[in-house]
Amino acid sequence: MKEMILDYIRKEYLNEEDAEDMQLDENTPLISSGIVDSFSMVSLKRFLEKKYAISIPDDQATPEAFDTVNRILELVRRFQKDS
Amino acid sequence: MAYPDAVQQAFRSELESIHGQGLFKEERFIHSPQSSGILVEFPAGAEPKRVVNLCSNNYLGLSSHPDVIAAAHRGLEERGYGMSSVRFICGTQDVHRELERAITRFLGTEDTILFPSCMDANAGVFEAILGPDDVMISDRLVHASIIDGIRLCKAMHDTYKHADMAHLEQKLEEHRDRRVRLIITDGVFSMDGDLAPLDRIVQLAEKHGAMVFVDDSHASGFIGKTGRGTHEHFGVVGRIDIITTTLGKGLGGASGGCVSGRKEIVELCRQRARPYLFSNAVPPPIAVATLKVLEILSSTTERRDKLEANTTFWRRALKETGFVIKEGESPIVPIMLFNAKLSQEVSRDLFREGVYAVGFFFPVVPAGQARIRTQLSADHDLPMLEDALKAFKKVGEKHGILGLDKKGIIAKYGS
Repeated sequence: MKEMILDYIRKEYLNEEDAEDMQLDENTPLISSGIVDSFSMVSLKRFLEKKYAISIPDDQATPEAFDTVNRILELVRRFQKDS
Repeated sequence: MAYPDAVQQAFRSELESIHGQGLFKEERFIHSPQSSGILVEFPAGAEPKRVVNLCSNNYLGLSSHPDVIAAAHRGLEERGYGMSSVRFICGTQDVHRELERAITRFLGTEDTILFPSCMDANAGVFEAILGPDDVMISDRLVHASIIDGIRLCKAMHDTYKHADMAHLEQKLEEHRDRRVRLIITDGVFSMDGDLAPLDRIVQLAEKHGAMVFVDDSHASGFIGKTGRGTHEHFGVVGRIDIITTTLGKGLGGASGGCVSGRKEIVELCRQRARPYLFSNAVPPPIAVATLKVLEILSSTTERRDKLEANTTFWRRALKETGFVIKEGESPIVPIMLFNAKLSQEVSRDLFREGVYAVGFFFPVVPAGQARIRTQLSADHDLPMLEDALKAFKKVGEKHGILGLDKKGIIAKYGS
């Protein structure tokens, strides 16, 4: 799951120039560092919902909850359990 | 009245936090009309100082043009100071409709509706025409006012990587089940100065049955052979569904904006766009003065040609001096410094040397992309730009960045 999400973030948010310079892992800050802007976060949310058959309410899809892949994994697992 | 201590303390903490992050904005008082050379009091209380202005949107130098001022006086005399009404109650004069028609002719569209500002046009247009069955697909670097407009609209939204046509096409395919897919972009991007590839965007839109929205605020009046905008530059006049633009930059610089495009869209804005329905009409002096601006720009390309010559000179001169600039064709020329603190220091040093140019850093621009943004005007002349260049050279030498590329500057200062 982790690799799949990292791969999606690389393809969706990084351009070729960034991808060369940047080491992206599960602890890399995404929103607070500006890699993913909070306005564009919506496509990541939709990807997670579709891929893992979950529904993340808007009030749970906060910049804080999406700030690292580790936090995203926690969120996805929580909603998988709930469903 | 209740202003509890706890609330006051919370507001103070927020202000301190803004200060702490180095994001506190301070106004600089200008003691002269807007122009390429201005008298600036900074810091507050200091003796006003004459500086070369490289940070206004006065692209065509019309903000203080005598013919524009005379037209504004005429508007004031003949139609009054203000309308004291929104447009649809008793706030529409003959000059408002005349201006809408003149903008329509100038931009080569079907119809136009005026708004108090382009910020208001962008805030109102999406909500007026789109609903939950539609999707707005915006470039990731669009202006903040577009983002606010998108947030006010109930349609789904998505974004594509800046000017990345393959990514845009992927998004158009992903959302093919939507009633309307509206591609949203700036014509000229305000922080980078690059142009959206409108020819390719229009091709994609036509291939996929999508519509196109362009905010041409940093283009109207000077981009394109006759200054009609980015759509003229790319040969797609008449093929953009919605253009929003401002009267507050190249087109005279006072205030006001518009939505121009398909007549049904303009009519829906007249019926539903909240900033149009609930705020006052553009003041008569501005309407009459903007008519004069469009008359000047339709009779000669002299001013946009001079701006283009100034831009060509400035871009080449900065590169030859050893700065890293964002490549492009527009009069917005960012000098890349990458490091936030360095951008602030360079801006401060430039002011000391008689040049007014502002440093921008995250979150206004992406992290690690701090820069000094310079903006040219037809009001600049060559000696003025040569003086400004000397100041840039001196400040660049002081910080040891001349001749360094991106990696070199980051190695020296960090990103």
